[in-house]
Amino acid sequence: MFELSSNMLYVAFGLYLASTVFFAVSITGRKFKNRSGEEKNKSALLGYLSAILALCASIAYFVLRWIAVGYAPVSNMFEYTTALGIAMALAFVIIYPIYHNRYLGFVTMPIVMLIIAYASMFPGEAQPLIPALQTNWLFIHVITTAIGQGILAIGFAAGVLYLIRSIDFSKASKKVKAIEFIMFGLLATVAYIAIGTGFGAADYTAEFSYVNEFGDESTIEYYLPPIVGPNEGELISEQGFSPVVNLPDYLRSDDVNTLLWSFLGGIVLYGGLRAGFRKPVAGTIQPLVSRVNLQTVDEISYRAIAIGFPIFTLGGLIFAMIWAQIAWTRFWGWDPKEVWALITFLFYAAYLHLRLSRGWHGEKSAWLCVIGFALIMFNLIFVNLVIAGLHSYA
Amino acid sequence: MNKVTCECGHENPYGTYLCESCGKPLQDEGRLANMRYEGVARRSQTYKRSPVDKVWNFFSSVKVGIWIIVLLLVTSSIGTLFPQEMYIPPGESPTEYYAAEYGLAGQLYYDLGFHNLYSSWWYMLLVAALGISLVIASLDRFVPLYRALKKQRVTRHTAFMKKQRLYGEKESGEVDIDQLKTALIKRRYKVREENGNLLAEKGRFARWGPYVNHVGLIIFLIGGMLRFFPGMYLDDYVWIRDGETEVISGTDGEYFVENNQFVVEFYDEEENDILQPALMRADAPVVSNFQTSASLYKRSSEGSIGSGTELEHVKDHEIIVNDPLTFEGISLYQTDYKMNELSSFTFGVETDAEGETEALEDVVFTVDLNDPQMFYEFDNGYQIEIIEYFPNFYVNDAGEPTTENRVPDNPRIIFELFPPEADPETDQGEISLIGIQVNEELNGENDHTIRMLDADMVNVTGLVIRRDHTLPIIMVGGAIFMVGLVQGSYWHHRRIWIQQKDGKLFVAGHANKNWHALKKDLEYLNDYSDLPEIKDQLEEDKAAETEEGGTSSHVRAQQ
Repeated sequence: MFELSSNMLYVAFGLYLASTVFFAVSITGRKFKNRSGEEKNKSALLGYLSAILALCASIAYFVLRWIAVGYAPVSNMFEYTTALGIAMALAFVIIYPIYHNRYLGFVTMPIVMLIIAYASMFPGEAQPLIPALQTNWLFIHVITTAIGQGILAIGFAAGVLYLIRSIDFSKASKKVKAIEFIMFGLLATVAYIAIGTGFGAADYTAEFSYVNEFGDESTIEYYLPPIVGPNEGELISEQGFSPVVNLPDYLRSDDVNTLLWSFLGGIVLYGGLRAGFRKPVAGTIQPLVSRVNLQTVDEISYRAIAIGFPIFTLGGLIFAMIWAQIAWTRFWGWDPKEVWALITFLFYAAYLHLRLSRGWHGEKSAWLCVIGFALIMFNLIFVNLVIAGLHSYA
Repeated sequence: MNKVTCECGHENPYGTYLCESCGKPLQDEGRLANMRYEGVARRSQTYKRSPVDKVWNFFSSVKVGIWIIVLLLVTSSIGTLFPQEMYIPPGESPTEYYAAEYGLAGQLYYDLGFHNLYSSWWYMLLVAALGISLVIASLDRFVPLYRALKKQRVTRHTAFMKKQRLYGEKESGEVDIDQLKTALIKRRYKVREENGNLLAEKGRFARWGPYVNHVGLIIFLIGGMLRFFPGMYLDDYVWIRDGETEVISGTDGEYFVENNQFVVEFYDEEENDILQPALMRADAPVVSNFQTSASLYKRSSEGSIGSGTELEHVKDHEIIVNDPLTFEGISLYQTDYKMNELSSFTFGVETDAEGETEALEDVVFTVDLNDPQMFYEFDNGYQIEIIEYFPNFYVNDAGEPTTENRVPDNPRIIFELFPPEADPETDQGEISLIGIQVNEELNGENDHTIRMLDADMVNVTGLVIRRDHTLPIIMVGGAIFMVGLVQGSYWHHRRIWIQQKDGKLFVAGHANKNWHALKKDLEYLNDYSDLPEIKDQLEEDKAAETEEGGTSSHVRAQQ
């Protein structure tokens, strides 16, 4: 059952890829004509059908894993991040029939793939549930939050689409730099996944003995070749080599090393694309989306936020508070994860007020959607992995 | 303040954008009418003189409201930079902890008071400002908006129609108003007719969503504030050893809880195939359950004072994480535990005669470490007295032995032993200090040695006692907030005006959001009757981009 579930996720990933390809073809090959001269480009429809099948496979993964492990599979970084990707696909499948916007599929499907691939970088084995998680509130709270965030992520996809379409790439500006920074971030994530998967498949490990932050002798394992080593690190495994530099004890050297690899990989990918096309990366995509109707994309992003915000609030704050009252004796305790959920809530509240009362439509609104998604990602990755708190389950 | 008189004769308050009666734009601003709040004058725009007006105007501004939200957002994030004081390891002094752990930045964090950011006066002030802004901004808009929507007229000024975002006109052929009316009603519009003109309206209640959710938020904030009033909030702690009963604080000594047994259970690698890899990788056994079998007792009301407490059994409950024992608004939560706390020592006595030690079989006694008996007498004449008992022994700064607290974590006992021939009244006995791995003779060579034979241990459960009278208010506030949020987000207000004047037919449409749906409704109407072509006047301004996706039918045709 567990294995079947994992296989379903691979199937889903393949189908998301197929959907991406179909949507790409529907945009670039839109002038295909049949013998009688009618436009015969069914790719968008195929793209949408693939997305539906992919969603079905994803849900099969989710349900099978739930049955196999005996609890809602949303209890650690792998499970939650995967669920977020699935939720985004779900939101897309619901929103697409309303607007029939193939460009949205062209942007959303790769982001879904990226999120699910990123999730697979975390240990995917079944994990025992600590007592605090053993309750139905686990799935009520977490699944609602994931769906809310998945819908908000559609706002991000539409926002990015808006920006790529509308920014003038012919001359350097802050906007160009900002959108290129987003592109770099996405490419660095791709690089991280590729490098991590590659060395993981090769079973690469390098072990160091080092002096930790408490001044004690300890050992640490690297899964990527060490560019930077731990404090007073000595290589003790056969594999590996001496790092260029050893870091001070207060930094987690293996994490810094991974970050460095992602950064370098990102630079290679980004630099390669930029040099190859002699244009900003987003500027290279721009001609593909030149037919996008800005008004429509703006409305999609706004509607996604308007629909996602109440669901996120319900799952991420209201249900969260009810559960916290039951499990942790108080409904609110200023735990970092709680605070960042509140910050996300306040941010989208500010977005809605700016949009409704101050007339922030179009480009300004699109930038806000991007920042909002960055907050969600920050709360998922940084707050879980770096800031210690009650939610550090991974 | 000057009233503004419209050409229709209606007197509007100063600051009105659209005549309250006929809708004619009174301030000429661009191509589209300002439909926000129906173009009514708000108090904040009308009165600007007195200090009250100034305060009102300040807080009624959405701009100010957004600034408050942004300030809250930014300051809240600062508080997560380093842990708040309540999350630093217990026993650490914050004065030293932040500097030691995070260096200069940590010191600065502490000096600026960020280690208690969320209870600082300025953070409270920001939250209060948000509350005030919520009240004033809502009232400032809700009252005039309510009036405007309540008494809106069907027939509008032509200029009003022309300045709507969705608009179309044509030289009138005959239109069948009744047919349009039926079509609109079919789409669940509420339709009003006046002299052959139509006003179709749908989802007006969505306009109240923002005000409903603001009311919910205000109730929520008030609920949070009430916590600071005495008696509203109880937060206490109780440690109970297995088999013991403790009084529950906050109940005036009326309720007692007994810990029948506390257990910790672990995941079993053998039983859980699927969890095996994760369990093997974990450094320590993974806990699957913390559980206190508890019984709740109530002091019997019948027993008179002084006659000892009679306890009446109320109920049993297995307290686990996520399932507290709850009674009369008080909840007992499983939050902590201590395994294997020392509970009693059993001692025996040996005699050292001529280098040979011999145990005295009859002299064996047990000391309860939580409530020791101070004097022990045996049939063969031996007497043992406890002179001093330190449950948690340490030597203080003055070099004197003392105890840190009453918890027997490091118990030491000073015994005085009297053999049968000695008289406790007059003679001095043999004095020794005994603890774990400690046995010292304090007054010279003794003939007897007290030996620890056995130690009993007990498990202790740590329960949080919590009562929060603000919860019902908070819950009501949260529920109202959610209702308002959904009401304002998932429904939207759309209106269609159809008007015949001077042989022309005018159609205009307005939606507070989701124009897409309104456009579809207009397309649908076109199937019933020959309406003029409706243009999106906002989109026309950005004419360059209309090639794809403007309307769904357009896109569908391409597929």
